[in-house]
Amino acid sequence: MSGKEYRTITDVKGPLVFLNKTEPVAFGEIVTLRLSNGTIKNGQVLDTSDDLVIVQVFEGTAKIDREAGVTFMGDVFKLPVSTELVGRILDGAGRPRDGGPQIVADEKADIIGAAINPYSRQSPHDFIQTGISAIDCCTTLVRGQKLPIFSASGLPHNDIALQIARQAKLKGSDEEFIVVFCAMGITAEEYNFFRSDLERTGALENAVLFVNLADDPAVERIITPRLALTAAEYLAFEKDYHVLVIYTDMTNYCDALRQIGAAREEVPGRRGYPGYMYTDLAMLYERAGIVKGKKGSITQFPILTMPGDDITHPIPDLSGYITEGQIVISRELHQQGIYPPINVLPSLSRLMGSCIGEKTTREDHKSVSDQMYAAYAQGRELRGLVAIVGEDALNERDKQLLVFSGVFEDKFLRQTRDEDRSIEETLDLCWSLMSSIDTKYLVRLDQKWIEKYHPENRE
Amino acid sequence: MSNEGVIYRISGPVVTATGMKAAMYDVVRVGEEGLMGEVIELHGDKAVIQVYEDTSGIRPGEPVLNTEETLSVSLGPGLLTQIYDGIQRPLATLEEVMGVFITRGVDADAFDLERTWKFEPIVAKGDSLESGQVIGNVQETETIVHKIMVPPGMSGKVKSIESGDFNVTQTVCVLDDGSELQMMQKWPVRTPRPYRQKYAPDTPLVTGMRILDFLFPLAKGGAAGIPGPFGSGKTVTQQSLAKYSDAQLVVYIGCGERGNEMTEVLDEFPHLIDPNTGKPLMERTVMIANTSNMPVAAREASVYTGITIAEYFRDMGYDVALMADSTSRWAEAMREISSRLEEMPGEEGYPAYLSSRIAEFYERAGRVETLNGDDGSVTVIGAVSPPGGDISEPVSQGTLRIVKVFWGLDAGLARQRHFPAINWLNSYSLYPQSLDQWFRDNIAQDFPEVRTQISGLLQVEAELQEIVQLVGSDALPVDQQLTLEVARMIREFFLQQNGFHEVDAYCDIHLQYKMAKAILSFQDAAKSAMANGGQLNDVVNIPARTDLMRGRFEKGYIDTIEGMIKSMNEEIANTVEEN
Repeated sequence: MSGKEYRTITDVKGPLVFLNKTEPVAFGEIVTLRLSNGTIKNGQVLDTSDDLVIVQVFEGTAKIDREAGVTFMGDVFKLPVSTELVGRILDGAGRPRDGGPQIVADEKADIIGAAINPYSRQSPHDFIQTGISAIDCCTTLVRGQKLPIFSASGLPHNDIALQIARQAKLKGSDEEFIVVFCAMGITAEEYNFFRSDLERTGALENAVLFVNLADDPAVERIITPRLALTAAEYLAFEKDYHVLVIYTDMTNYCDALRQIGAAREEVPGRRGYPGYMYTDLAMLYERAGIVKGKKGSITQFPILTMPGDDITHPIPDLSGYITEGQIVISRELHQQGIYPPINVLPSLSRLMGSCIGEKTTREDHKSVSDQMYAAYAQGRELRGLVAIVGEDALNERDKQLLVFSGVFEDKFLRQTRDEDRSIEETLDLCWSLMSSIDTKYLVRLDQKWIEKYHPENRE
Repeated sequence: MSNEGVIYRISGPVVTATGMKAAMYDVVRVGEEGLMGEVIELHGDKAVIQVYEDTSGIRPGEPVLNTEETLSVSLGPGLLTQIYDGIQRPLATLEEVMGVFITRGVDADAFDLERTWKFEPIVAKGDSLESGQVIGNVQETETIVHKIMVPPGMSGKVKSIESGDFNVTQTVCVLDDGSELQMMQKWPVRTPRPYRQKYAPDTPLVTGMRILDFLFPLAKGGAAGIPGPFGSGKTVTQQSLAKYSDAQLVVYIGCGERGNEMTEVLDEFPHLIDPNTGKPLMERTVMIANTSNMPVAAREASVYTGITIAEYFRDMGYDVALMADSTSRWAEAMREISSRLEEMPGEEGYPAYLSSRIAEFYERAGRVETLNGDDGSVTVIGAVSPPGGDISEPVSQGTLRIVKVFWGLDAGLARQRHFPAINWLNSYSLYPQSLDQWFRDNIAQDFPEVRTQISGLLQVEAELQEIVQLVGSDALPVDQQLTLEVARMIREFFLQQNGFHEVDAYCDIHLQYKMAKAILSFQDAAKSAMANGGQLNDVVNIPARTDLMRGRFEKGYIDTIEGMIKSMNEEIANTVEEN
């Protein structure tokens, strides 16, 4: 099927090339284009019929003219996979970027990826300790979860992601994660930051990097995360590794999706993003998890920057409907100089319930986390009231909660970039901070935990 | 023209075929692999097909075969405890055939066609049968008798009828016109199953969730919408309903939602016990799981597959509850297909027929007189996921126009960890009037009045809170401070309910009433104590009240609560003497 070169381009529009009558071309088939100056570009079939084929070109359509030769490769996009991927840096289309040799493939894997049968999944329940109190206590991460970081421009989401990548481990185990890092449209500076940090800590040897930078073709970003996830699936489900996938920045990915939608003159959904964006994002995010009978797992940390800090923007909104919670970074906390500036109130881990408690973290975890959360939420709310009526108008309970909310941010949230707190340290810290509140106001704590863990009752 | 054609064009899940005789909604087999699809548009000799499986790698020129049947589900013994994808393929069978990843081109029977069931006829030779009439029973699970019915449209005299063990495709009954009846029948999913007439609902679907049963009750045969932003607890609420509502059968549709969440349900349900029968929950459940990354056209079909199964059990005279989580994903699937068809869009890119499709779907709910004269119902509870939590969008609005119960989830409440995060100020139910008689007869004569008092207090609280925001609560007169305290008790003691707590997750409706009375009793006792010189602070801080409130986490609370109320009232009265 492949080999025959067509010169039947009729239209070129944005990232798309339209061809007339060809042989029957498969939907999703890979295409190479040879330009008159010898340059080779790659693409993929988006629409195919007897009369017309639409090809999306990954490297951009610059210099493509109607004379360009188009060859259909007879197959859908596949990534050569092998354990040799570990320790390598590839570009956004899966070619070596580190000057090393081509990957020798054990096999070639379809990058679209098939859906995991929900019946064949295994519920995630292994607690991952990140060493960050706000996450471990309030939005606990579970192995096999997809937990995005909702951030915004100018906030230290990269530091947080890297700190998690460095510190994440199963409690009571030295088992390390393989990090699959996927960059989509980030700047060279950000990329260097990630790379040098991974190099510094020696993590690079246990990582695979797929890199599409801001000046790389935007359309290529559509396939970059799919390559990364295909590599992750291979490592997790064929080679038994526990894989942590960090991808940044989903906002650039969605913008690329919108660009293609616009070029195809599709009917746009909200804010010009295509109507199928939910499905498209789901096909990435849902490639996390654990399956029965396989040892490995995929945990995902997508990072997205909310345009205008707006959590209702389609990108965070649709993501939040698919992912199992979110970690929300707050500009306000960042400006107060608190790192990590995680706002625990809108943050959530949906799988938390399945991984905390006596057998995994500690018996009082749920109770402590609920109480910390409730007290902080009430304290924060009181700040608004105090601004109007002054602190004197508060009753005793409210005064204590108000003070607590400050301490929560200063002592509980705040930690250094290399501070790795164990879950016991985190929970003990919670107790010592909560002891500033009169016990009778701590209604969410079980009496038996108060007796056992409250500093008053401990030596 | 024959029923065979060739592919002309492929664009994602939409394939166009030419040269084929086709009618709307015919099921076709696409390509060499025979992928399942459905005709959704005709243009001259071109048929536009939505394909239920991934189309990558399919080429123009490959064959298309029209089965000339419409998309149907198989109905018969074996349905219960099954877990299906959107087009009724059992996920367990798919795992056996394909492994853990769902590939394509695999057909699977909806249930084991070989398995035999003990068929016990209840009609005899010479009896004349009408459509829908029950001819015999099969004990399908411990709790559910599967009634074998004459398919709608068929009738006649019994020529012969068998008794004994048969599989679902063997003939168990022959009519005098020669037509043969098997235990399995098929029904097209997009056509509602017929019934004699619809009744007005008069019985509540008791859910065990206090805020729902007490303040915003749903009737058996009614329809409810639960809109809410992500993280507000839609799925937890839907799952609680599936677990604890007193429907006899539950159809749970996970439509375009998270894989891990579906797995949690699949893991959990077989181990849960139905509080109403004491038997495993799974025995009364049929599940449909079409996660967000499974093919979009099958997601569109999944709600129809689910409701057809629900109607089938309704026709046996059962009360069936159907949960669809989430209908927004279904609507988005319609939008995606519509946009591939290049249809002129309505609001926000949704097709112009969105609201009529939503209405048609919810209209399949109802309490009916079945064809055989029995009384059955389908209650539909649809989750809605409005973008950004803003319910002015088309799917929420289309839903609210048709449902009679609105349980509005609130991100603010969820953020305060107030669960279920149902906003008591903007939620509503239009059923109390038709259900009040039931509550009076079965729970307590003054049930509706107690409800009015409780919701009245919550309204007053909302007004007072506005003042508190400006001047602080200490500036209010003492009686209003007491009202705030009582309202806080309603919120924290009554409305909040821990869906994961072994005791608190399900609250008996009689207990709900007693808890509400306890709150009113506190209010009365406090008022009279304060009229006699008692201090608000003393009254509020009595230990017996805390005991009363904590009691709901203990087993046997329904028996101990009266005593607790009594000691609370005594302690409140004592605060006066101390002064």
